[in-house]
Amino acid sequence: MAMVREITFAQAINEALDYEMSKDEKVIIMGEDVGRYGGIFGATAGLYEKYGPERVRDTPISEAGFIGAAIGAAATGLLRPVVELMFIDFLGVTFDQIFNQAAKMRYMFGGKAKIPMVLRTTCGAGFAAAAQHSQSLHALFVHVPGLKVVMPSTPYDAKGLLISSIEDDDPVIFIEHKGLYGIKGPVPEEPYTIPLGEADVKKEGKDVTIVATAAMVHKALEAAKKLEEEGISVEVVDPRTLVPLDVDTIVNSIKKTGRLVVVDEGYPRCSFATDIAAIAASKAFEYLKAPVKLVTPPATPIPFSPALEKEWIPSAEKIEKAVKEIL
Amino acid sequence: MPVEEIPKETLLWMYETMVRIRVHEERVAELFAQGKVPGFVHLYTGEEAIAAGIMAHLRKDDFITSTHRGHGHYIAKGGDIKASMAELFGKKTGSCKGKGGSMHIADLDVGELGANGIVGGGIPHAVGAALGIKLNGLDSVAVAFFGDGAANQGTFHESLNLASIWKLPVVFVCENNQYQISLPAKEHTNVKDIAERAKAYGIPGVAVDGQDVLAVYEVAKEAIERARRGEGPTLIEVKTYRFRGHFEGDPQVYRSKEEIEWWKENKDPIKIFEKVLLEKGIFTKEELEQVWERARKEIEEAVKFAEESPWPTKEDLTEDVFSTPTKGVLVWQW
Ligand SMILES: Cc1ncc(C[n+]2csc(CCOP(=O)(O)OP(=O)(O)O)c2C)c(N)n1
Repeated sequence: MAMVREITFAQAINEALDYEMSKDEKVIIMGEDVGRYGGIFGATAGLYEKYGPERVRDTPISEAGFIGAAIGAAATGLLRPVVELMFIDFLGVTFDQIFNQAAKMRYMFGGKAKIPMVLRTTCGAGFAAAAQHSQSLHALFVHVPGLKVVMPSTPYDAKGLLISSIEDDDPVIFIEHKGLYGIKGPVPEEPYTIPLGEADVKKEGKDVTIVATAAMVHKALEAAKKLEEEGISVEVVDPRTLVPLDVDTIVNSIKKTGRLVVVDEGYPRCSFATDIAAIAASKAFEYLKAPVKLVTPPATPIPFSPALEKEWIPSAEKIEKAVKEIL
Repeated sequence: MPVEEIPKETLLWMYETMVRIRVHEERVAELFAQGKVPGFVHLYTGEEAIAAGIMAHLRKDDFITSTHRGHGHYIAKGGDIKASMAELFGKKTGSCKGKGGSMHIADLDVGELGANGIVGGGIPHAVGAALGIKLNGLDSVAVAFFGDGAANQGTFHESLNLASIWKLPVVFVCENNQYQISLPAKEHTNVKDIAERAKAYGIPGVAVDGQDVLAVYEVAKEAIERARRGEGPTLIEVKTYRFRGHFEGDPQVYRSKEEIEWWKENKDPIKIFEKVLLEKGIFTKEELEQVWERARKEIEEAVKFAEESPWPTKEDLTEDVFSTPTKGVLVWQW
């Protein structure tokens, strides 16, 4: 069997976009600097040259306007827009369009509308980009019914999940961690889909379950490797999609190991981490041999100084420590 | 404006301010390339005449709101270069204790209400500052700086409308450097001058050459005096050009080397001003050279200060979230 080639996370995103644009004329891309520039993280590189300025549209800085326009275009059934919000932090400018319009339309219209759009955006700290360019705000989307939320951790997942997201008829928020764009992994050349709502067990183990998202999956795997050397067997579960959520895979893993650590880069309270802890408490309480441990950043804005930011981001060491505390 | 009508000390201040900004920005570019200044850095090189020409009319008790490209505004407003340099490094002695960095430098001591990482985010703050000024019966003004790209944000339109109906002492300064990252202004805006938009809000709008500090000085004088007299807001559009990429590290695929060189050669605001000052015999070459020397010395001292300053510590991380420390706000170690 031929070896699958390795490409970066950014290239995997690019391939998914390219495939969907070539397959369906209705798929268009909109956003700031997605055209000639190819996206400030390079995810849309080459698409402007290939599909032209009509279908790869550079927009003014008016996020409420162009995200709202994408929602309208999707609701008509005439287009399937993939919109880029450069940083998830800019969400604040667009709250109404996403939470009250995109998320509510289908329900309020009695199921008559479909909103086949994808909002691609970036999250994550680690670049000294400070409090307005580093956040992981996925929990806000998870909170609001009507949105699907996808957060891949590998190039393979990114390609398959993005194709599924674009082909999905609902508004999908597709969140890419900035720290992952450069990582490489095996990705088939041909298109494939990964269903939304299926978690992936990134590593099997039997003593403790770690549920982790996006870049934290890699930190969890790093911690798992260290712990393995000390004879502690860790299972790492990556939900991949936060809505819909594969509760079964998570609960089954807890039933197997009896212990749970949740690692997430979102703020600590009312968060994805607390959500998973609540699910564990209500669905697998009798299997738990120890309290659930959460590893998250503190409830502070994200500091600029690399010295402070390093403290802020959950580390593999903190994950190891959490695991040991419940063994 | 004829240069003779401007006091000599103001001319010197404007020249010195432009030079200090230029030297600062060129040094920061080096420091960024050396990895000493982390994060996103957006430099003001080429746009110095705007900060100098506007701020020449401002006092310490006037307010400004700035953008992600804010070093020049901060320096011209009288900011502490040592503290801001330390901030760019992420040191504890920085003006924001290392928590803000280049995009978020703020300093209420000199009326700088903050650089901003959100395009258009600061414009309404200037309106609020102006409302406070008016309700307190002060004669201060607020100036909002923002780019051509920001002029398409909702906040721009809402702010101009509010300032107009409430007749607030605010001056909106649109720094049209012709690009919104990679998108040329003519592709994001369909009016010849963004200044035309003032009409929609019933306020004066004026476009001016931002490479000519004397021209900026003149329109700013009019707008700021008008605001101080209680006659309401003005929109000033300053036509300019950024000599460097959008941010440091920008490959600039969206514009040609020739275009950049043309602007540097023909429209350098410092060279243009220098020529006037020398031709009119207001200052000698030696006097101007001393200005550069002073600036270089000042910036080097700031760099030294930043380099020698300590890093913030683990304990600093959780400080300053709220002004009143309250039990239970930092729950996260589960
Ligand atoms: C709400 C928001 N959208 C997008 C961005 C990303 N961004 C940062 S600067 C910039 C371009 C700003 O252009 P302009 O307002 O013309 O200012 P200039 O950089 O030219 O000085 C963009 C799109 C942002 N920081 N905030």
